[in-house]
Amino acid sequence: MAVAAALNERPDARRYEANAATRESPWIRRLILGTALIFFALFLLMPLIAVFVEALRKGWFTYITALADPDALAAVRLTLLIAAIAVPLNLVFGVAAAWSIAKFEFRGKRFLTTLIDLPFSVSPVIAGLIFVLLFGAHGWFGAWLFERDIKIIFAVPELVLATVFVTFPFVARELIPLMEAQGREEEEAAVVLGANGFQILWRVTLPNIKWGLLYGVILCNARAMGEFGAVSVVSGHIRGLTNTLPLHVEILYNEYQFAAAFAVASLLALLALVTLGLKSLVEWKAAQHAATDA
Amino acid sequence: MSIQVEHIHKTFGSFVALDAVSLDFPSGALTALLGPSGCGKTTLLRVIAGLERADSGRVVLAGEDASDTHVRQRRVGFVFQHYALFRHMTVFENVAFGLRVKPRRERPHEAEIRARVMRLLELVQLAPLADRFPSQLSGGQRQRIALARALAVEPKVLLLDEPFGALDAQVRKELRRWLRRLHDELHITSVFVTHDQEEALEVADQVVLMNRGRVEQQGTPIEVYEQPATPFVYGFLGAVNTFHGRIEGAHLRVGAATLAHGQDQFALDGEAVAFARPHELMIVTDPDHADGIAASVVRILSFGASTRVELDSLTPEPDSALPVHYEVILPREQIQALKLVEGQRVRLVPTRIRVFQGQAA
Repeated sequence: MAVAAALNERPDARRYEANAATRESPWIRRLILGTALIFFALFLLMPLIAVFVEALRKGWFTYITALADPDALAAVRLTLLIAAIAVPLNLVFGVAAAWSIAKFEFRGKRFLTTLIDLPFSVSPVIAGLIFVLLFGAHGWFGAWLFERDIKIIFAVPELVLATVFVTFPFVARELIPLMEAQGREEEEAAVVLGANGFQILWRVTLPNIKWGLLYGVILCNARAMGEFGAVSVVSGHIRGLTNTLPLHVEILYNEYQFAAAFAVASLLALLALVTLGLKSLVEWKAAQHAATDA
Repeated sequence: MSIQVEHIHKTFGSFVALDAVSLDFPSGALTALLGPSGCGKTTLLRVIAGLERADSGRVVLAGEDASDTHVRQRRVGFVFQHYALFRHMTVFENVAFGLRVKPRRERPHEAEIRARVMRLLELVQLAPLADRFPSQLSGGQRQRIALARALAVEPKVLLLDEPFGALDAQVRKELRRWLRRLHDELHITSVFVTHDQEEALEVADQVVLMNRGRVEQQGTPIEVYEQPATPFVYGFLGAVNTFHGRIEGAHLRVGAATLAHGQDQFALDGEAVAFARPHELMIVTDPDHADGIAASVVRILSFGASTRVELDSLTPEPDSALPVHYEVILPREQIQALKLVEGQRVRLVPTRIRVFQGQAA
């Protein structure tokens, strides 16, 4: 969706700009542009700078020490582990969901499309709570799991489940409009030429959606690593065991270790910057791709 | 290889796309499936290919029932209206696709694939473009690549869905002549879908006319044009003048006029509709002539060897206030001899007329 939108706006914008009939008068343009820039500086740029300034306020040594703390390192490892499980799962789920919605007609398709958006519309805290109610000691499956000594709540499986739930829509949302626009003709052409299902997926479908897919995965990953609400509910906040990076930041902050809290937060901010960079790169690549397609 | 379809039924929800369609496509011939949009022609093509499953009926390929054969095993070549080229592959890889996805045992060696693809690209006269991507080609070039790709797997039949539908008029004309030549070289049994009657009549050996999921007529282009079997075929193929009236013995009464129809198969008098092509009408300048339909000249369009005269009847249709519109085509010399002027009252006398009784057009 975003990829497609990013591609289409440029030629039009240039035409409106060049045309006296649609060009706004200079002071209006300056006013609108100025408002946008002030908001941008105040609400986006300043907090970002503040994170790094606060993190380094007490010098590099404190910064490094905060990051090298065993609990911080454990949080980094846990966050990476969760993302490493949740993102591939959502990659598969997302492609499967988008494939079935975009390429087939079936009963309940509308319902499924709406359902995919559920994690976006539900507060993450509620999402976490759902899993507590399902797998917690007094939850639906709690007793059954306890008898068999399977630990889901306050352990890694629950953290992964909550993260998968919250990040589910990213890949599917990105792919559905893309696959709908591409239609089924290429797949039909492939099957007439004798390709089997796996060959069609590998040689036709996936190459056609690779940029959209990558874009979805990047967003999904960013959210998986940065998720706070849902994870906070199910984690149990056991330091060094079930604490992810965002939760660790909160703990440090609540213990008035501001420099350390900001130091760990700066890692997440860096992740955000890398994500943005990758996202722009993918958009640019996809735009090049689309330009040769049109 | 011959294709037969027997009693094919296909519905989409409550819409009947194909209604008891039975057809025999002769081996080695180029057949056109012609009809207005929504008549079921594309659905029939997709049923033959195996991309669509009929609700009932059989598809017989080379004498064998192929109804339950998967599209992968049917060995048909299919060319899509919008080409459906693989956009991320070069022209070469597009054409090679069918060979590369073969099971390892049947797959030709790389050198063999290369040779075969280049041979096909030469056949469609696009060998120099092997390394381009589909997006860098014109519509006509893309369609030729799509054809080469379909031919790469050596299909037993070739099916083309509106192959020239998305191209502009000039390229269309060129490509259909090219397709005809190609077919004469390869002699592969081919079926193509079109809604363009000129295209069907010009290119095909056989024309199948379809309407509302049924076959109206099958025959050579000359047969279907000269002897349309139904009012629909008359109306669909070429310009035609329509007369609504009643059979009265050897005559057809249209409003106040009577026309001799020269057909004797009508036992009963009754409602009828008659057709005459624009060149099958004569203009009589004496307005008091006993025969024919009274009309007035609206426009005289003379370019080229023949002249088109447009006329309006003087008596409107019973159920509409508008006058009936007629069209006559005459050689230029004849027009000059008649000395027609716009607004002049004349009579139209058909030299040949075809009457269908009890049917609405």
